[in-house]
Amino acid sequence: MHGPQRLIDSEDRWITAMGAWFPGRTVVLRGKDLFRDFQGLPWMGLLLYGITGRIPDDKQIRLFEGMWSICTSFPDPRLWNNRVAALAGTARSTATLGLGAAIAVSEATIYGRRPDIKAVDLLYRLQRQLEQGADLDQLVREELKARHGVTGFGRPIHKNDERIPPMLALAKELGYADGTYVRLAFAIEESLRRGRWRMNMNIAVLLAALAADQGFSCREYYHFMVLSFSAGMFPCHIDAMNKPEGTLFPLRCERIAYQGPARRKWKDT
Amino acid sequence: MSQKQEVIHSRIWEETPEPDNPFAAAGCFCAGYDVYGELLGQAGWAEYLYLLFKGEKPAPAQARLLENLAVALANPGPREASVHAAMSGGTGGSTHASCLMAALAVGAGQLGGAHEVALAVACWQTCGTDLTAWRERLQNPPGDDAIDVWPAMEHPPGFDPHGASCATPVRQTLAVLKEHSGILAWLERQRPDLEAAAGHPLGMTGVAAAAFFELGLDADQAEMLHLLLCLPGAAVHALEQREYGWRRFPFFGDGLQLVDQSDLQPS
Repeated sequence: MHGPQRLIDSEDRWITAMGAWFPGRTVVLRGKDLFRDFQGLPWMGLLLYGITGRIPDDKQIRLFEGMWSICTSFPDPRLWNNRVAALAGTARSTATLGLGAAIAVSEATIYGRRPDIKAVDLLYRLQRQLEQGADLDQLVREELKARHGVTGFGRPIHKNDERIPPMLALAKELGYADGTYVRLAFAIEESLRRGRWRMNMNIAVLLAALAADQGFSCREYYHFMVLSFSAGMFPCHIDAMNKPEGTLFPLRCERIAYQGPARRKWKDT
Repeated sequence: MSQKQEVIHSRIWEETPEPDNPFAAAGCFCAGYDVYGELLGQAGWAEYLYLLFKGEKPAPAQARLLENLAVALANPGPREASVHAAMSGGTGGSTHASCLMAALAVGAGQLGGAHEVALAVACWQTCGTDLTAWRERLQNPPGDDAIDVWPAMEHPPGFDPHGASCATPVRQTLAVLKEHSGILAWLERQRPDLEAAAGHPLGMTGVAAAAFFELGLDADQAEMLHLLLCLPGAAVHALEQREYGWRRFPFFGDGLQLVDQSDLQPS
């Protein structure tokens, strides 16, 4: 048993290099003065610095901002996470609660944070194995067998991902469309096509590849993506707030298709 | 409405409409039972919870087990991380919902939280009451190389990595819950062996997981119910700190020490 020694050692003692507020004087973030050292750095740059400890250059800021602008800002309340923000509006809850919950819901399995982190992990794993001489078609087959799919390939609702061409266009403009991991993502798609798996690349793997080409670790990329859907959520919430309360996709009683046990008496059982 | 309308599929809930309003329910039926027409006034809270999760009325011993577990989990106390999170909302006058969301976010975790409970339930599903299987699993936990949003576990699920010995409330809870459960009676008997294999004392998450397993809940159901059952304490402590105000809530004013990255020792 280790016992409580670590807790005893940590009592009233949080040692950190991440940062702190010095009331009335300044704020330090990862060793830099917030008011002095970040002048001119856009918010996206500050966000990336907070996550990675590396100050991105202008091209990288455009790339990462483009990922959010182009790929993750759909103002559609039918999308499940956005719907939470919209339902908060129609139920006359607050924007902060609605957005907070909607962002939490974005940590989903069929979209959002799980595919994000799994996609970048997939690219790193496969690239490592390729560098050791493995065959890509074989790796893809193994991935399909072990995980019943290849993260970042295939998509619910619609098979073609309309975000890929504009994102690729931006990546090309910035000179990032030909990195190791972007090429690997397309090679996996080609391998799936050869195997007749009919699973097209979706945006999760392209964004993961672009981040991997910038040296992001799996967790850094995951952290970067946490707030990525927020720009699409505000319009959903505001729209619902601006319409009569309770009118977002109301459901009449008969819209519940009951498939459970037949009517019965509590007393009899 | 020429097009077929989409529906919500449910094995739990059925409604019949009021004659004058298709959006207002006249009858609400949970797994076949008339909720407001019969169940209300007859079923207890624990019985209804069990019905919601399992779709069946519980046996008296099951209802009693769940009720006792609910009391045991209702308030982990203000030092516990999820309640601390709720109070951090309360002290600044944050919305009540945000305080509970804070408690859920923190209480979801893998140190004393709901995801730890889910992982511990998975251990029960694999090992049951086979002590040899438990020893093997605790001493050689299955490696999961698949990355996920959840971080890797840093201690055996169900055990307290900071405990010196099994805490009194954990033992007291176990002693009460075993009255309605063979699983918990086995856990109480085997606790010393299991703790030796884990290298840590049994925690409240371990007791909760055993109770959920006894109730026939799977890991997902256990995780959800644990989140829910821990909320009352978070709610009242958040309200209490809202009343006391931020000046009387710990700020750890001298507790933070800023150093250079190079000064940090790897933990």
